[in-house]
Amino acid sequence: MTDESDDNITMRVTRYRPDKNDPPVPVDYGVPLRKEWTVLDGLNHIKAEQDESLAFRWSCRMGICGSCGMNVDGEPRLTCATFLSDYAPGPVRVEPLANFPVVKDLVVDINDFMEKLPRVKPWIIRDDDVTEIDGEYLQTPEELDAYKQFSMCINCMLCYAACPVYGLDPDFMGPAAIALAERYDLDSRDHGARERLDVLIEHEGVWGCTFVGECTRVCPKHVDPAGAIQRYKVKAAKESVMAFLLPRAAGR
Amino acid sequence: MADGEVVADHDVLMIGGGLAGLRAAVAIAETSAHLDVAVMSKVYPMRSHSVSAEGGAAGAIADDDDTLDEHAYDTVSGSDWLGDQDAIEAFVAEAPRELLQLEHWGCPWSRQPDGRIAVRAFGGMKKMRTWFAADKTGFHMLHALFQTTLKYREVTRYDEWFVTRLLVDDGRVQGVVAIELMTGRIQAVTAKAVVLATGGCGKVFPFTTNANINTGDGMALALRAGAPLKDMEFVQYHPTGLPFTGILITEAARAEGGWLVNADGYRYLQDYDLGTPSPTPVLRSMELGPRDRLSQAFVHEAEKGRTTASPYGEVVHLDLRHLGEKLIDSKLPFVRELCLKYERIDPVHELIPVRPVIHYMMGGVHTDIDGAAGLDGLYAAGETACVSINGANRLGSNSLPECLVFGARSGRAAAEYAGSAPPTTAAVQAQVDDEVRRLRALLDRPAGDDDGVARIREELQSTMEEAAGIYRTGPSMEKGADAVQALRERADAVGIRDTSRPFNTELVAALELANLVDIGECILLSGLAREESRGAHQRTDFPARDDEHFLAHHLVRRADDGSPRIEQLPVTITRWPPGERVYGR
Repeated sequence: MTDESDDNITMRVTRYRPDKNDPPVPVDYGVPLRKEWTVLDGLNHIKAEQDESLAFRWSCRMGICGSCGMNVDGEPRLTCATFLSDYAPGPVRVEPLANFPVVKDLVVDINDFMEKLPRVKPWIIRDDDVTEIDGEYLQTPEELDAYKQFSMCINCMLCYAACPVYGLDPDFMGPAAIALAERYDLDSRDHGARERLDVLIEHEGVWGCTFVGECTRVCPKHVDPAGAIQRYKVKAAKESVMAFLLPRAAGR
Repeated sequence: MADGEVVADHDVLMIGGGLAGLRAAVAIAETSAHLDVAVMSKVYPMRSHSVSAEGGAAGAIADDDDTLDEHAYDTVSGSDWLGDQDAIEAFVAEAPRELLQLEHWGCPWSRQPDGRIAVRAFGGMKKMRTWFAADKTGFHMLHALFQTTLKYREVTRYDEWFVTRLLVDDGRVQGVVAIELMTGRIQAVTAKAVVLATGGCGKVFPFTTNANINTGDGMALALRAGAPLKDMEFVQYHPTGLPFTGILITEAARAEGGWLVNADGYRYLQDYDLGTPSPTPVLRSMELGPRDRLSQAFVHEAEKGRTTASPYGEVVHLDLRHLGEKLIDSKLPFVRELCLKYERIDPVHELIPVRPVIHYMMGGVHTDIDGAAGLDGLYAAGETACVSINGANRLGSNSLPECLVFGARSGRAAAEYAGSAPPTTAAVQAQVDDEVRRLRALLDRPAGDDDGVARIREELQSTMEEAAGIYRTGPSMEKGADAVQALRERADAVGIRDTSRPFNTELVAALELANLVDIGECILLSGLAREESRGAHQRTDFPARDDEHFLAHHLVRRADDGSPRIEQLPVTITRWPPGERVYGR
């Protein structure tokens, strides 16, 4: 398959077989270096031509489904949106996303995130009880802009892989979940900010963050989870001051 | 390893966690809270291919300058009169409410200055009625819906479970056998009703906008269980995909005013009975014609030598430069992002190279208007299904609301059925054991050095492109069908190198390949039987539409000996007798 006029690049891929007792080990594969090829294209070339047993997730190959996050040369990246040519002459290291248990080769277990997601109540919460739908809730373009950035998260887990706090404390709610809570808080149609704040205070959801800002730096969709966490800390701090000053209504 | 266990029993089990599957699940959770509901998917729900839809979702808002009848007529004529008009009337009536429901669930629809929903033009639509969330509509709809389903903690999810077989006994579908990918265990989940919502099958072709997961799984499962597939010869080419990657450049780019130009910078669609060029977009005209006609025009333009050679085939160009940076950034930001990333060009200043690309399967599991699939207990919705509202050619922005309308309908119908269905029969366990043996044998089959899943898949894809592209002939499809038979033998014999259980993607790929082979065969046989040209099925040996013989659906089903059989089913005509498809005049 390889055109001899093409340059090659070595991909140093971490392999791990759960059914063997061996620890993860890097294995070198030579793949063609073409300007259109992403790291994912390289992995698919390896799987098709050299070793069909190589395990990794991928689907849309256009940076929107969030499946194909891996550590590339130590940095969390969407492999479908990361080009091999940026790593020439190589070798380029491809490893599973950091901070997650490895299932096999480049596949990690993200169930921890999937379990945290519902805890921040990422859905519209209303004070009124609308059952009949007559028309839309009005929302001006400016109101849409207020939360739009936080609605762009594709759950790719790069921010969790980059987060030093999550690496040390798996109980930390984590950047994407907090950004999503903020997305709904800022939505003019939503009345659930109070409930989400309770969850995030109660579960130590935001306090663990030390503002390293790695999450925002690696986010492929410019969501700025660090900004969301910052805003929550301010909200939570105000809340704790208020709690000292004001009596709480019964039942809250 | 403990295989073959029945690990759970549900009332209704959705296969697929995209828009259709999740909408079905919520419909049941909301209206039949006493029922036990589950969603099983080979990927996490938010990875489903609904996420890639860009341009928008059609729903006529009655109090504006639009009517349900006009949306229905556009859909009927877009379908080249093969769509069932009772289904289309129900669809257009329910679509706006479904889109509003998504609004109430948090979908960030783009807005007018006063806060109301904004709509845009779309191909083949005579009115502006396409709701949109910039150009990431599917992404936003899917995430809003998925996040809303998290409210319903009682909905069980089986994320990353790959279904290998439908359990059928006593004439009823009673559940599935599936591989839990994380562990590799082969397990059974029984259910009184199963809703297939696994999306399309674009991976049967080499060059497609579809994701890696779009391998026609639900269609193949239904076919093998004895349910018929419908209108499988109708495969949609989208006229504007990026060369090499096949990434979609949304029709919204043309709806916002983009032009398609040939190598001479000429808006060539004017030569193909699609209207006359105008500086601003005209509905149902030129660049806003239907996808089948635009893709066909490309082929003729290439034959005339007026396209441009690229390393990845002939291309024409999409010109957005006159729209300006501000409009592109507000209405088409994803188009710009994709062009910058994958083509290293900026559409604000440069032309986008595009060519037709496999995009959508109009055919699918034959269902009635409530998603019932012709086997008791089996339902289907979304691209997996063929109701049919799309007939011979789907209009852009009809598929997202189709997922919602018919997802909800299937969910409700499945719930009603499950409420009175008898319990699972004991004979099901034997089928589970049988499936465990089959899968274990596949895992144990040693891989040869001279063949593999990837190679067979690649040959299947190129075979299909040659045999059943934008233009087909009887001989091209016959030759293709023979080649697919040979590939089937190889696929049946292929071995697996990876003998480990957890996340065995090679095993999954082998099973997906078997699905693709079944789908490919159905496409070719249905296409051979249809000796006319209609919509996306264009035969140079039968270039005219033939309503006398072919104003009918094709059902393909498996005979007892496993061979496919084709029969016709009349199209339902309610108010719009067959007529000429007129665009641009």
